[in-house]
Amino acid sequence: MKEFLMPSLGADMESAVLMEWLVKEGDSVSKGQVIAEVETSKGVIEIEVFDEGVIEKLLVEPETECAVGMPLAIIRAKGEEEAKKDISKEEPTPTKAVAEVKKEETPREERLKVSPAARKRAQELGVDLTTLTTRDAAIRLREVEAAATPTMETPKKTKELKTGKKDGMRQAIATAMSRSNAEIPHYYLSSAINMTPALTYLEELNETRSVKERILPVAMLVRAVVLALEEVPELNGFWLDNEHVMSQEIHPGIAIALRQGGLITPALLNAQEMNLDSLMLSMSDLISRTRANKLRSSEMTKQTITITNLGDLGVDSVFGVIYPPQLAVVGLGTIRDEPWAEGDALCVRKVMRATLAGDHRATDGRVGAKFLERLNKLLQNPKELL
Amino acid sequence: MTIDKIKKAIIKNILEIAPEVGEDEIEPNENIQRSLELDSFDFLKILTAMNEEFRVEVPEKDYSQVDTLEKMAEYFLRRA
Repeated sequence: MKEFLMPSLGADMESAVLMEWLVKEGDSVSKGQVIAEVETSKGVIEIEVFDEGVIEKLLVEPETECAVGMPLAIIRAKGEEEAKKDISKEEPTPTKAVAEVKKEETPREERLKVSPAARKRAQELGVDLTTLTTRDAAIRLREVEAAATPTMETPKKTKELKTGKKDGMRQAIATAMSRSNAEIPHYYLSSAINMTPALTYLEELNETRSVKERILPVAMLVRAVVLALEEVPELNGFWLDNEHVMSQEIHPGIAIALRQGGLITPALLNAQEMNLDSLMLSMSDLISRTRANKLRSSEMTKQTITITNLGDLGVDSVFGVIYPPQLAVVGLGTIRDEPWAEGDALCVRKVMRATLAGDHRATDGRVGAKFLERLNKLLQNPKELL
Repeated sequence: MTIDKIKKAIIKNILEIAPEVGEDEIEPNENIQRSLELDSFDFLKILTAMNEEFRVEVPEKDYSQVDTLEKMAEYFLRRA
């Protein structure tokens, strides 16, 4: 019998709200299966189990706020005998550390169909969900916001708005980044890379492809970063308990800025196993699911390095802040036409600045330099990136 | 096929792909990607959705001819 605990979905997370169970008692579950949806300051995350077995008991009701480490369910391993009626010994008693806070003010007299985002927004805006009717259809964000609009002008409501979801994420980022800058001695390196060969190659490749099969430059860059990390594995992994731990799997966290503010860096899991086409598809899917609040817990916790691309915003160089306990951030800037010397001729080339922020406790500039040099070399031979 | 019908389809696809965009933010003559802060994946998804709906392929070299709502609608009108 094993307890399934509320996972930590980031160094900065203290609790999350269990929104919905996707399994019921008696269901068989397999490794990696999504069994519940929880809402954190980073949005709704699907959480997965890492044991095979049968759900013996669900311990918390939907819409309960649960501290990290709090038991959520009991899973019986395959082959293990079904529990006797008397499982009182196993019944976990909430301790101080796992305080259970029942969400207030959620009208539950009759079960309302409300999307999780709408429910959350309604709490932020102080909208009574029972006053909203949408003729059978689920209440969505739009209805909640419409209902709140007339009262938004009062100063009190404005203040409540500011302590909403965006603020939760802001706080989470603030905690992680403060810790990073306090603990991690960063070093920074920058390298100008001639992108003309890679972009020309990509143009030729895309010319023969239908729009839905095209490869974007950013996918090619991520592929190049992954290949360079295979050759310089020292940058891929963690700094844990004063020790440098390298990871064989490469799970780059892809920084995705949200239009409504904030930032999420979900992991592109096992990127080392992807070729250029599958990486493009996986990345596209990851971005869609990030926007739709459909990330899985493993994608929120397994990042081994961060890649941040501010090229779309016109930035030349990104000097990143490492997300602990990771070891490095790779920054990709805008690709621009620039003067470039080749032999003794001066010409115009597409140029991008790649940067590396490294944890100096784990690696030295020499390792970072080797990584940028490998990255550059790969991008000069784009055929190797397929 | 009318230009209004195509514009409606473009707007519908933008709103589906970037749900946080408000319909009133889409200006007819502004650069779609820059003014709505869409990334290159979003833009490609819009073109893919339009391709599925109207069977028009926009080659990469024509991207500058589809960078605003107005221009994209005209481009598709000529080819659909």
